[in-house]
Amino acid sequence: MGKYIGRRLLQLIPIVFGVTFISFLLMHLAVTDTVDVLYEQQSGANAAAAAAKRAALGLDQGFFTQYCHWLWQVLHGDMGQSFVTSLPVSTTMLSKLPATLELMLLALFLTLLISLPLGTLAAIRKGSIWDQLARLLSFTGNALPDFLFALILLYFFAVKWHFFSFLTPTADRSPLLPALPLAFAMTAKYLRQIRALLLDELSKEYVQALLCRGLPYHYVLTHYVFRAVAAPLLALLALSAASLLGGSAIVETIFLWDGVGKLAVDAIMLRDYPIIQAYMIWMSALYVLFNLAADIICAYVDPRLTLRKKED
Amino acid sequence: MASHKRKKITLLLGLILLGLIASCLAEYILHYSPYEQHLSLALQGPSFQHWLGTDVYGRDLLARTLAGAKLTIITALAVALLSALIGSCIGLFCGYRQGKAVTCLLRLADIFLSFPTMVFAIAVAGILGGGTFNAAAAITAVTWPKYTRLVRNLVSPLRREYYIEAAQMSGFTTGQILFQQILPEVIGPVFITAALDLGTIITEIAGLSFLGLGAAPPAAEWGSMMSSSRLYMQTAPWTVFVPGAAIVITVALFQLLADSLRDFFDTKLVR
Repeated sequence: MGKYIGRRLLQLIPIVFGVTFISFLLMHLAVTDTVDVLYEQQSGANAAAAAAKRAALGLDQGFFTQYCHWLWQVLHGDMGQSFVTSLPVSTTMLSKLPATLELMLLALFLTLLISLPLGTLAAIRKGSIWDQLARLLSFTGNALPDFLFALILLYFFAVKWHFFSFLTPTADRSPLLPALPLAFAMTAKYLRQIRALLLDELSKEYVQALLCRGLPYHYVLTHYVFRAVAAPLLALLALSAASLLGGSAIVETIFLWDGVGKLAVDAIMLRDYPIIQAYMIWMSALYVLFNLAADIICAYVDPRLTLRKKED
Repeated sequence: MASHKRKKITLLLGLILLGLIASCLAEYILHYSPYEQHLSLALQGPSFQHWLGTDVYGRDLLARTLAGAKLTIITALAVALLSALIGSCIGLFCGYRQGKAVTCLLRLADIFLSFPTMVFAIAVAGILGGGTFNAAAAITAVTWPKYTRLVRNLVSPLRREYYIEAAQMSGFTTGQILFQQILPEVIGPVFITAALDLGTIITEIAGLSFLGLGAAPPAAEWGSMMSSSRLYMQTAPWTVFVPGAAIVITVALFQLLADSLRDFFDTKLVR
């Protein structure tokens, strides 16, 4: 078990290098020179001052030297300063992260609340009204983009029924409304997967054997089938979380929710590159960690996974 | 049964094609330019002259929405095609060969897979600047690894098949084996996956333009139309919801098409 976790952590190393390298490369492609951007607001600088600043920032060195230096700083939690506010990027990100996490956790909770019971009902009562409902929900969820759903909610709750004013951000606003579009998009993906997974498991011979022995259906379901599908269900949930992380940028912008996603979109408008770069790295790290956590819990729930890895 | 499915596919394809043709001919059918501004006609509700109303610059919404179909559908098709092509070629190679190069390519695919799609697209389009091309490139960059995975997993078990060994022994080149013997086996699932992806790609492109990272405002693009009309939602909700409905209808059509195609070819290999 410990070995399995250790190996999964080792596999992360090339991914961390890759993600950071790509984001560094992007910055390099976009801003040929950070100094030019820094001096842009002060209507340019003379060549000598720019060269001095360049040397001070280490920008006169080779690409790989710069990358290594930058990576070393990132690994120490230093992601540079915002071009606009001059505050350290990490502090800014950390101050916005709780709001985004609150939104995501609520969306995750809502997703599970809807998709687990409905997916199970759709699988055990195949063709019933529940199954139809699950299909309808996952079809509309896939066809309705999250930003459109967010705008529809906004239209009814803010414009028609005046529950709140969407033009003024308030700190104590409920996260329920912005969480709904995120949860809806994720539910659409997850429902389909739960249904398919359960149908596949229910058609296996051991289920028939258990039922033949006279065990009640609900007992077989809760004690055998659910235990068997717990691991893949969790892994799929972690994969669907990608739609949460990406969707949050759009939904936060629409609802003026003061989180990481809105920070990134605002940063794009202001061409505040260090923030965008940090956003990319943090969100990917979060996604990778989600999946790592899911894998580790899976290994606890389903010992077959660790054994299979050993055979390889 | 098969003929019923075939009819359904033909119908859906016909509808999409009709939309595309209408989109190309919109200006001539409607007598309204999607770009010409008539400020005196701004924000009018649906009427007999303007079936779906006008936007803040007095442009006919029906004309603009129809014109937007062309851009969205063609970009989405290009993105799906390109990612399927790149991903499958790398996947073919990785499934058939072994060694350091293959490990490196698979690790590269892993790295791109560890970016949440929209996060990567937002960052790329944000750093490199907006525009339809950059948005499409960003989405392609995160979509191709899926095909590499799929094709590699399909090709790996084929490597030890007798007919492949026979082809090897009778002196076929690697290229011939890959494209003549192996490709026909995997093209079906790749095609279906690409069809299923089209809907997602359309929403992603619209989402990026909504954030201002895709087509720029004067262009008739659904996402950017919605974004620029957002402020008038209170007085003229149709300016937001007409392009929104266009997105939903298009995505739904493509999704139905992909589902019927999957049923028709009955590929079990694709989830």
